[in-house]
Amino acid sequence: MKLIIATIKPFKLEEVREALTGIGVRGMMVTEIKGFGSQSGHTEIYRGAEYAVNYVPKIKLEIAVADSMVDQVVETINATARTGKIGDGKVFILDLEQAVRVRTGETNDDAL
Amino acid sequence: MTTKTLINTGLAAAMVSALPSLALAQDAPGFDEIGPYIMTTLLFCMAGFLVFFMAAGFAMLEGGLVRSKNVTMQMTKNIGLFSIAAIMYWLVGFNTMYPGDFNGYFAIGGLTVLDPVGVAAADAALDYASVGSDFFFQLVFVAATASIVSGAVAERIKLWPFLIFVVVLTGIMYPISGSWQWGGGWLSEAGFSDFAGSTVVHSVGGWAALAGVIVLGPRLGKYKDGKVNPMPGSNLALATLGTFILWLGWFGFNGGSQLAMGTVGDVSDVSRIFANTNMAAASGAVTALILTQIMFKKVDLTMVLNGALAGLVSITAEPLAPSLFQALWIGAIGGVIVVLTIPMLDKFKLDDVVGAIPVHLFAGIWGTIAVVFSNGDANIVTQITGIVAYGVFTFVASLVVWFILKAVMGIRVEEEAEINGLDTSELGMEAYPEFAKG
Repeated sequence: MKLIIATIKPFKLEEVREALTGIGVRGMMVTEIKGFGSQSGHTEIYRGAEYAVNYVPKIKLEIAVADSMVDQVVETINATARTGKIGDGKVFILDLEQAVRVRTGETNDDAL
Repeated sequence: MTTKTLINTGLAAAMVSALPSLALAQDAPGFDEIGPYIMTTLLFCMAGFLVFFMAAGFAMLEGGLVRSKNVTMQMTKNIGLFSIAAIMYWLVGFNTMYPGDFNGYFAIGGLTVLDPVGVAAADAALDYASVGSDFFFQLVFVAATASIVSGAVAERIKLWPFLIFVVVLTGIMYPISGSWQWGGGWLSEAGFSDFAGSTVVHSVGGWAALAGVIVLGPRLGKYKDGKVNPMPGSNLALATLGTFILWLGWFGFNGGSQLAMGTVGDVSDVSRIFANTNMAAASGAVTALILTQIMFKKVDLTMVLNGALAGLVSITAEPLAPSLFQALWIGAIGGVIVVLTIPMLDKFKLDDVVGAIPVHLFAGIWGTIAVVFSNGDANIVTQITGIVAYGVFTFVASLVVWFILKAVMGIRVEEEAEINGLDTSELGMEAYPEFAKG
């Protein structure tokens, strides 16, 4: 099992969700976050004074998937979240040791 | 005519039932005698309600332009200052400002006493209005002055020292300087012209605010490494609502300052003032709209709101004499002043949270000068004399009061309290407890 952590642009969330459920992803965690990467913020102006917004709002997805689905999920996120402009986000893949479904006690792939 | 009909209905009924006894009609005063008193009293009441509502306008404007962690404090200051002003004006303010015969510079008045219940026409001030309506109308003005200070010193001042300053401002400072002009004092004798208070009310608030901002210092982190660090307001919808409420209230502020509604000329003048007041606000807003687009490449709503208010302050010294076109450019210049002077204050590290000093002081000075363009009785030397006199008195007196408060009890909250926000640190009550910290 792997845990896929992806940061995406907030307006892409629905598109990514639809595409992921379309390929059989059955759940994910979504968090509104702020952060910076190569886009590294932008400037705004308030009452005549420019200021830097150092953190950009993003959406963080956390998706636990069976090993067999990892490539497909990453490709789907890549394909749907991409605008080609700076700030599209990143995908990280981590090993996942164990999963348990609380209601039934099922473990690992059965629990996903 | 409607009022005349109403007043005479009772008399007419009596006359119809007992036609020969005309003595009744002769004993009771006719409309010519009591009509102007009734109409002017009504004007003061209605205009007073409108100006009262400006307290809500200031509260919403300031609540929208401070950060969410300081909103409860800002609301507390606003309801506190209005209520203190109301009491101080009864205690000493009203009769200090309108002392009757006095030396023209200074007289400390006592408690305000109303007309007796059911006052007879013979005992009423038939050439003016009831004491109650006059007192109420004047006291809502002094509250506006105190509101101006509250916005400028927001987000870092302690509650009680601020309220003590309000006591002095509304009970003593404003009434003394007000008596120079509206109480028939030396500036009024000299021919100074300030119809509804560009100087007497708005600049006075602005000078007191400027002194407070200087003594208090800027908010933590506002000016760092030679750069201005903006602190965007928490709710621009509230700020916009507040501006519209102030705009509405201004019809009472300027229209009521006609101080008479008993003749065709007076009532027509009141409507003329409404039209000019509205025009100046609109042109101030449009000017700020265009100017911020040109200067910053994007329209800045907060400055458009300030622009409308600056237009209103600019026309306040003379809302009656100008044509609509004059009102338009007088208000427009107010809008220019605001957009140019808000960044200028930042250059001097004077942290005025809501733009009260540009709006009320700078546009107030402009409005007082602009009187000479439409009112032939005003002259520039006297206008500048008045501006300087009010400036020196209010600024120096305010500095003294702020410094005394600073020495005696401190006027600024601790660093940690300021960072955490005055709502939790000073009041233990958040305006938006269900929102995450931003």
